[in-house]
Amino acid sequence: MIRSLRVILCIVALTVCALGQTTLNGAGATFPYPIYSKWFSEYHNLHSDIQVNYQSIGSGGGIRQVQAGTVDFGATDGPMTDEQITASKVKVLHVPTVLGAVVPAYNIPGVGGEVKFTPEILAGIFLGKIANWSDPAISKVNPDLKFPNQNITVVHRSDGSGTTYIFTDYLSKISPDWQSAVGKSTSVKWPVGVGGKGNEGVAGMIRQLPGSIGYIELIYALQNKIGYGSVKNSSGQFIKASLDSTTAAAAGVKMPADFRVSITNPPGKTAYPIASFTWLLIPTNPADKNKGKMVKDMVLWALDNGEPMAASLSYAPLPKEVADKAKAAVNQQVK
Amino acid sequence: MMPDSEKPTKSPSPIEQTPKPVTAIPTLAQAATERKPVVRSSVLDRIRKTHPASSRIPDAVFRVLILLTAISVFAIVAFIVYELIAKSQPTLHAFGMHFFYNDEWDPVNDVYGARPFIYGTLVSSFLGLLLAVPLSIGVAVYVTEMCPILLRPIISFLVELLAAIPSVIYGLWGIFVLAPLLRDYLQPFLAKTLGWTGLFTGASLGIGMLAAGIILAIMVLPIISSITREVLTAVPQNQREAVLALGATRWEMIRMGVLRNARIGIVGGIILGLGRAFGETMAVTMVIGNSNEISKSLFAPGNTMASVIANEFSEATGDLHLAALVEIGLALFLVTLVVNALARLLVWSITGPTGRTRA
Repeated sequence: MIRSLRVILCIVALTVCALGQTTLNGAGATFPYPIYSKWFSEYHNLHSDIQVNYQSIGSGGGIRQVQAGTVDFGATDGPMTDEQITASKVKVLHVPTVLGAVVPAYNIPGVGGEVKFTPEILAGIFLGKIANWSDPAISKVNPDLKFPNQNITVVHRSDGSGTTYIFTDYLSKISPDWQSAVGKSTSVKWPVGVGGKGNEGVAGMIRQLPGSIGYIELIYALQNKIGYGSVKNSSGQFIKASLDSTTAAAAGVKMPADFRVSITNPPGKTAYPIASFTWLLIPTNPADKNKGKMVKDMVLWALDNGEPMAASLSYAPLPKEVADKAKAAVNQQVK
Repeated sequence: MMPDSEKPTKSPSPIEQTPKPVTAIPTLAQAATERKPVVRSSVLDRIRKTHPASSRIPDAVFRVLILLTAISVFAIVAFIVYELIAKSQPTLHAFGMHFFYNDEWDPVNDVYGARPFIYGTLVSSFLGLLLAVPLSIGVAVYVTEMCPILLRPIISFLVELLAAIPSVIYGLWGIFVLAPLLRDYLQPFLAKTLGWTGLFTGASLGIGMLAAGIILAIMVLPIISSITREVLTAVPQNQREAVLALGATRWEMIRMGVLRNARIGIVGGIILGLGRAFGETMAVTMVIGNSNEISKSLFAPGNTMASVIANEFSEATGDLHLAALVEIGLALFLVTLVVNALARLLVWSITGPTGRTRA
C-alpha cells in the first residue's frame, strides 16, 4: 500500500515538473547538430524549466518549418534566398552561430604527401576537364610529388547537403565555367563522378576507389583523421583547413546587416577559402511572445557562452566582432 | 457434412428470452423451398439456416470488421495517390508528361525529368531478379526435395537470416566488401569476356548498376526462396510419386511433378521480390553511384527513384524541387502498378484468370 502510494506520488511529482517546463522546438541543419545539442543540454542544466527540442531534419526542412511557423526557431547551412524571404509568412533574422569548412580529400596510389590545389585545378577536376592525375596542371603546382598515370574519379555527395552548397558556391565564385554550367545549390547536376551518401559515404568511397577525389566537411576529416589537401586562397597562399584558418575566413568579410553572406574565397592572407557560416533562423516577431523571449535569451547565451565550447567539438567559433554584431542584432530586432 | 439426423436440436432457454423468438428451426427441406432458386447449398448456408439468430450476430460483426480491413487497403492507396497528385501539382503544371521522359535533373535551374531514375530502378531491379530467381528457386528445390532432413532447418534458417539484416548493413557491406571484389576481379573478367556486348565496358569502379543489382539479388533472395519453398511443400506427395512411377528421373520429377504445379506460387513470390527491389532505398543508394545518367554499361553509376527521393528530400528548399521529388514518388507508384499488372497478365496468359492451369 505504502509502496503504491509512493509510486503515485512520484508520478504526480514528475507530472508537475513536466507541466512547469517549457519546450522550445527547433528544426533544421544537420551539420551543426552536435554543437547545438551540446548548447541546448548545457542551457537546460542552467535553466531547468526550459527544454529545447532540436530536430536535425536538414536545412530545407528547417526553412520550410520556420516559414510555416510550426517551430520556434530554425537552422540552415545556406542562407534563405530573397524569394524565400518574401514568400515567408514569418519574418526571420539569420543569426550566424559557428563556421564550417569543406576540404578536398583524395586517394592517389603512391602519393603520400599533402597535395596542393589551386582553384583552377579543383574546378577542372570537378568539371571533368582534368581527368588524369598525371595532368601537367597538377604536377606544376606540386613539383615535389610524383603523380601516377591514373584516371581521376570524382566523388560527390548524393544527398542534398549544406556541404555541397558551400563547395559549389566556392566553385561558382572561382570558375565562370562552373557558374554557367552547374551553379550552386544543395544538390546540383554534377558533370562527372559518383555520389556517396553523407560524409561517411563520400569518405568510404574515396577510401575504396584508387584515384578518387571528393569533398568532405572539415569536422568529419578531423574526427576521423582523414588526410586532405591545401587550397590556394585569394591572396595566393596555400592554406590547409583548420579551425583557425576557418575563423580567419569569416574575419575578413564585410558583414551585411542581415548576415546573409557567403564567405567562400574571402580576402585575408590566412583565410581558408572554402568555408561558411551556419545560421539559426529566429522569428523577429514571434506569435508566442513568452517563447520568443526564451529563444532570444537562449541565442544570446549561446553567442556568449556557447562559442568557447565549439572548438572542443571541432567547430570553428565566430570571430569576436561577428559574435558581437550578431548579439546586437538579436537584441535590436527580435521582439 | 453433418447428416440431417445428427443436426443439433433446438436448445430452448436462450432463444425464448429474446424478444422475437425463433419458433421453429427450419429443416433443410423448408430452407430449400424458401430460397426459390437453389444455386448451391454450402455449409455456410446450411449453418445460417439451422442456427438461431442470436449466434448470427458475432458472424455479422466479424463480416463487417473484415470488410472494413479490406476497404482500408483501398482507402490507404487512394489517400496516397491523392496526396502524391496534390503535392506534385507545380511540376505537373510546369512539365506535364515531359517530366517522365526528360533526362535533365538540375535543381539549380529548376529543370526536372525522371527518366534516369525510372531507368535505374527498372534496370537494377530486373538485374537483381535475374540473379536472384534461379538462385532462390534452386535453394528452395534443394531444401524441399533433396536436402538431408538434418540440414533442412539450417539452410532455411540461414536464408531467413538474410531477410533480417538491415539494408544499411547491406549497403556498407556493398561499399567495403562487394565493391572491391567487383572492381578487382569480376569487372575485369566480365570486360574481357563479355565486353563486346557493350554491357560491360568503361571504368571498373566497383560501385554502379552491377553492384546494385547484386545487392538487390541478395536482398530479395529470402523472399522468393521462402515463398517458393512453401509452395513446393504444398505440392501433394502423390504428384511426385506418380511422376516417379512413370519412370521419370529426379530432375524430370522436379520439373514436371513439382515446379510445373507450383509455378503460379513461384511467380507470386517473384512479384513480391520485385516489389521489394523497387522500393529498396538505402542499400542501393550506397552502392549505385548516384549519378543521374543513362548508360548501357552495367559498370556505370546510375540512380533510382527511391534513392533520389531519400537523398534530396530533406535539403530541397525550392517549391519546384520538392514537387519534383513528390512526382518521382508518383512515378514510382505508377511504374510499380504497371509492372505488377504486366506480371499478372503474364500469369493469366499461362493459367487463365481463375488460377487453374489451362489444359
